Amino acid sequence: MNKVCVTIDGISLYVPENYTILQAAKEVNINIPTLCFLKDINEIGCCRMCLVEVKGAKSLQAACVYPVSDGMEVLTHTPKVMEARKVNLELILSNHNSRCQTCSRSWMDCELQALANKLSVETVRFEGEKKLLPLDIGPSIVRDPNKCILCRRCVSVCKNVQTVGVIDLVNRGFNTRVAPPFDMSLSDTPCVNCGQCINVCPVNALHEKSDIDRVWEAIYDPGKHVIAQTAPAVRAALGEAFEMPVGTLVTGKMVTALKMLGFDKVFDTDTGADLTIMEEGTELIDRIRSGGKLPLITSCSPGWIKFCEHNYPDMLDNLSTCKSPHQMFGAILKTYYAKKNNIDPADIVVVSVMPCTAKKYEAARPELKTEGMPDVDIVLTTRELSKMIYDIGIEFPELGDSDFDSPFGNASGAGVIFGSTGGVMEAALRTVSDLLTDRSADNIEYEEVRGLEDIKVAAIQIGDLKLRAAVAHGLGNARKLMEAIRAGEQFHFVEIMACPGGCVNGGGQPLQRSDFRNWTDYRVLRTKGLYREDRSSYIRKSHNNPSVKKIYKEFLGAAGGSKAHELLHTHYIPRDNYK
Amino acid sequence: MSKTISEIHEIRAKKQKDLLIRTDPSAVPTKEGGRMHILVCGGTGCTSSNSLKIMEELEILIRTSGMQDDIKIVKTGCFGLCAKGPIVMLYPDHIMYTLVQPEDVNEIFDSHVKNGIPVKRLLAGEQKDGEITNALDSLDFFSRQMRIALRNCGAINPEDIDEYIARDGYLALEKVLTEMEPEDVIDEIKASGLRGRGGGGFPTGVKWNFAAAQQEHEKYVCCNADEGDPGAFMDRSVLEGDPHSVIEAMIIAGYAIGASQGYIYVRAEYPIAVERLDIAIRQAREYGLLGEDILGKGFNFNLELRLGAGAFVCGEETALMTSVEGKRGEPRPRPPFPAVKGLFGKPTILNNVETYANIPVIILGGAQWFSSIGTEKSKGTKVFAIGGKINNTGLVEIPMGTTLREIIFDIGGGIPNGKKFKAAQTGGPSGGCIPASELDTPIDYDSLIALGSMMGSGGLIVMDEDTCMVDLAKFFLEFTVDESCGKCPPCRIGVKRMLEIVTRITEGEGCPEDLELLEILARNIKAGALCGLGQTAPNPVLSTMKYFKDEYLAHVIDKKCPAGVCRSMLKFLIAQDTCKRCGICKKNCPANAISGDKNTPFSIDQDKCIKCGVCMEKCPFKSILKNA
Repeated sequence: MNKVCVTIDGISLYVPENYTILQAAKEVNINIPTLCFLKDINEIGCCRMCLVEVKGAKSLQAACVYPVSDGMEVLTHTPKVMEARKVNLELILSNHNSRCQTCSRSWMDCELQALANKLSVETVRFEGEKKLLPLDIGPSIVRDPNKCILCRRCVSVCKNVQTVGVIDLVNRGFNTRVAPPFDMSLSDTPCVNCGQCINVCPVNALHEKSDIDRVWEAIYDPGKHVIAQTAPAVRAALGEAFEMPVGTLVTGKMVTALKMLGFDKVFDTDTGADLTIMEEGTELIDRIRSGGKLPLITSCSPGWIKFCEHNYPDMLDNLSTCKSPHQMFGAILKTYYAKKNNIDPADIVVVSVMPCTAKKYEAARPELKTEGMPDVDIVLTTRELSKMIYDIGIEFPELGDSDFDSPFGNASGAGVIFGSTGGVMEAALRTVSDLLTDRSADNIEYEEVRGLEDIKVAAIQIGDLKLRAAVAHGLGNARKLMEAIRAGEQFHFVEIMACPGGCVNGGGQPLQRSDFRNWTDYRVLRTKGLYREDRSSYIRKSHNNPSVKKIYKEFLGAAGGSKAHELLHTHYIPRDNYK
Repeated sequence: MSKTISEIHEIRAKKQKDLLIRTDPSAVPTKEGGRMHILVCGGTGCTSSNSLKIMEELEILIRTSGMQDDIKIVKTGCFGLCAKGPIVMLYPDHIMYTLVQPEDVNEIFDSHVKNGIPVKRLLAGEQKDGEITNALDSLDFFSRQMRIALRNCGAINPEDIDEYIARDGYLALEKVLTEMEPEDVIDEIKASGLRGRGGGGFPTGVKWNFAAAQQEHEKYVCCNADEGDPGAFMDRSVLEGDPHSVIEAMIIAGYAIGASQGYIYVRAEYPIAVERLDIAIRQAREYGLLGEDILGKGFNFNLELRLGAGAFVCGEETALMTSVEGKRGEPRPRPPFPAVKGLFGKPTILNNVETYANIPVIILGGAQWFSSIGTEKSKGTKVFAIGGKINNTGLVEIPMGTTLREIIFDIGGGIPNGKKFKAAQTGGPSGGCIPASELDTPIDYDSLIALGSMMGSGGLIVMDEDTCMVDLAKFFLEFTVDESCGKCPPCRIGVKRMLEIVTRITEGEGCPEDLELLEILARNIKAGALCGLGQTAPNPVLSTMKYFKDEYLAHVIDKKCPAGVCRSMLKFLIAQDTCKRCGICKKNCPANAISGDKNTPFSIDQDKCIKCGVCMEKCPFKSILKNA
């Protein structure tokens, strides 16, 4: 890459010629304020917060999209720049529901609030008409257009990254809004509830539908046996909500906190993940051996499942019939565990703590019930859990570690890496390899399916079988992979996760402000945490998890057997795109 | 059938003979051309005042009298004198009839067509003395203009490619393809000094050069026919009256930059322009002037129409291209500029209709001739759509450097009803107003900017003493608020807030601090908005504040509207000394706000008064006063 010389606030430096002013300024440790800019996702220069003076240009320019050129001189904090930014922010605030005291984003790094502080906006001089629009409350996602500042990050992530595209701009000028087509509710669109829109929203215009009150109600109901199960990705991110460094693994503190909240039992969804591997691995081997439908595609990610139902209804047979891990585990809790502990399953409340908003929708699917009872009663996101911990004043970083409760205890490392793209594939390979070759492989780290490459393809030799595997994360990549498969590309096994990076970047995870995420890929840091836990696990293969073995032995019979099918498998429904 | 160059020459020579009677009164009529041409304006203005009905009735009369071989009726584009439409022009007599109604057709036919006696009462302007002179020379409105871009408007049938060819149409294309290299074309345009007529005034040749320099196989030529300024209709008239000039220019542009595809983005609200463009493109294709191997010279170029849905912002170049791509019409930040990365991400040039209309003439007449017209930095002519409080509402083309006074008073015929000139607004919602003190400024791109206005696309709205300048600013803000795309906060919210402030000022609710807020907003919107629409939206406020600050102060401090326009500050009062207590005002008041009888003085209940002004209008004794 050629380099060009630019001068920023009097400091000259050489930067690659494809840099923007924003990037060049960062090189000299100037963090120009941004609002709409989200690296690789929303680079459109619409919010006008990052305005700078470029010598020779007539008006101020948006640093986030303005390309550098040789000899360019930039000034980032002249009075003209500072006034333009401030007036601009005042204008945004003048049409924003600024009741911050009652805003659930207030405690979580609201980017608008942070900017107002940064630019010393102490009053809004340009008050005027404010919009007052109804909220759209879905099973997973709530849209509050009165908080929306039209930065368009949600539109871009939904349309360009996820290729779901159920929200876009409607109307013009002051009446511009982000909305689903024809002002439908999101629930009536092909929205897959992935929550990526929430993750990118700088304010509280998008958030999950809160189920915190329902959880407290259950906890304080003496007749209920309330169980928390936590997905692997939660432990890699929960600490961020309490200002712990990104990637800090807080498994033990999380268990302690859940117990302090009053849950009767705290289990690890990784046990469910290990069950999933047993079932899905068996299913894969069956399909390969019996000439069944291939590729087998994973079904752990409920955003992906709904995406497939809407967009690839002709390929639903490729999906594994396995329920997702927390649903499997919920079914086991309400049957095996209930019976074993002599608890009426009707009195059990299973609360799944998930990095995911789509799991809320999933848990409410009518087909995910056992004997009329939902496998999982309530789904909390990582953010909701952090809010509960925060609300009652638990000093989370100071907590000691606790272990998951028996009888399930700690699960395998394979279950832990479920939280990252490639993790389900790797976990499955560890088991399938052992089952197919009938020996315990030592080399169990499948580097070829790890990492953040859009689509990872690998050919893995297992005995006589050269297993062709593909991994896609993010629905845009999933779409590409599915089109390739439809066009005839051959795979045995495909892993798809709806969220870019996998569950570590799920739509329910703690939010990271753009001024952090534009420069640091937090997904990498969170993922590292999971692989660290895997490496330190005593058991790293699902089929070696003793409690899983025990469940099969005492209750389910064989993996893929009829009892397992009754409890742990499901089916899918082709869906129209707009009702 | 595709035509060869020599076939085009034959068509030209033949048609020129047929049309000679329109330029030379002593010309010998040809058999096919007929002895008389009756040109009826088929532009939007005249069409809306029934000119097609006039044509229809003329046709019936001519046909029933068996004169159809002798007398040709020609539907033309706009003559420009819209205030006096519908317009009918008779050749070879050079007689122009104005304000013609279908009822007048019989008389024109019997008296003039059959017996050669002009209908005096319908003659245009100074011709009313009955003397038969060339209307286009004798009327100030025409004689003071210099029609380059409008050269064929009102002169030819825009739906007949042969008439265009007869007036040296497609001769520039032939010259370019046979004698010139692409870089020669660009050099010629550069040397001509032609600047973009859409508003920005960027040198056209330089723009072409940027695009030509891009090493890309795929490039595009676009035409901006999304004319949106209130009151502006220059581009519409060119497209309606002379579509081939734009098509020819675009082919030339394609050759110059190395593009083989063009798009004309025209607003769907211009149905006549769309229809004529469609016909013209079809005809050009038939003659092989569009398509593969144009004129046998191995150059390929195609052209398509794209209809805009009516968003003003789609006149902004990046928004226009986004819209052509089928997306929501919104601007995007530049750079990259369209010449580098434009339509579909490829190098693109985008020029305005009027700019293109100049191109063939420059190629034929030469850069030196063109650059001899106009001022030092603004060459050639400019078309203005003049409207508002002016007698000759219409379309005029004048050399750059003409003063506003000449345009308004000499060509435009001055202000109606003996009212005083107050200001002229140029540049539409992006421009500003020019006060009476600047009437003698020679108009060009730079002088208008210096005055705090801008050339814009050529809308020129004249205001008389009855105009409230705050109200005028409000009008333009309402327009930009309506037309903002909503992408950036300065425009989406800032201009809206400006409108709210100006509105409260016109409602008597303003305070002196509001003027300061307006200035802060205006300054920062100009500096921070994403596109030209937003950046210039505050101009009408800034320029009225610059020249008419006292009017703003009267509104916010005295709570008075000096022009008597802003209703909430208006009071109608009855002058007791002259009131004859006739009761007419009371009878006519729609709000029952007036009380009084023979014995009690008449008075107006200000709470009930809706300020409609009917009482003042009806009072025979001028006893109702407007207290501004």
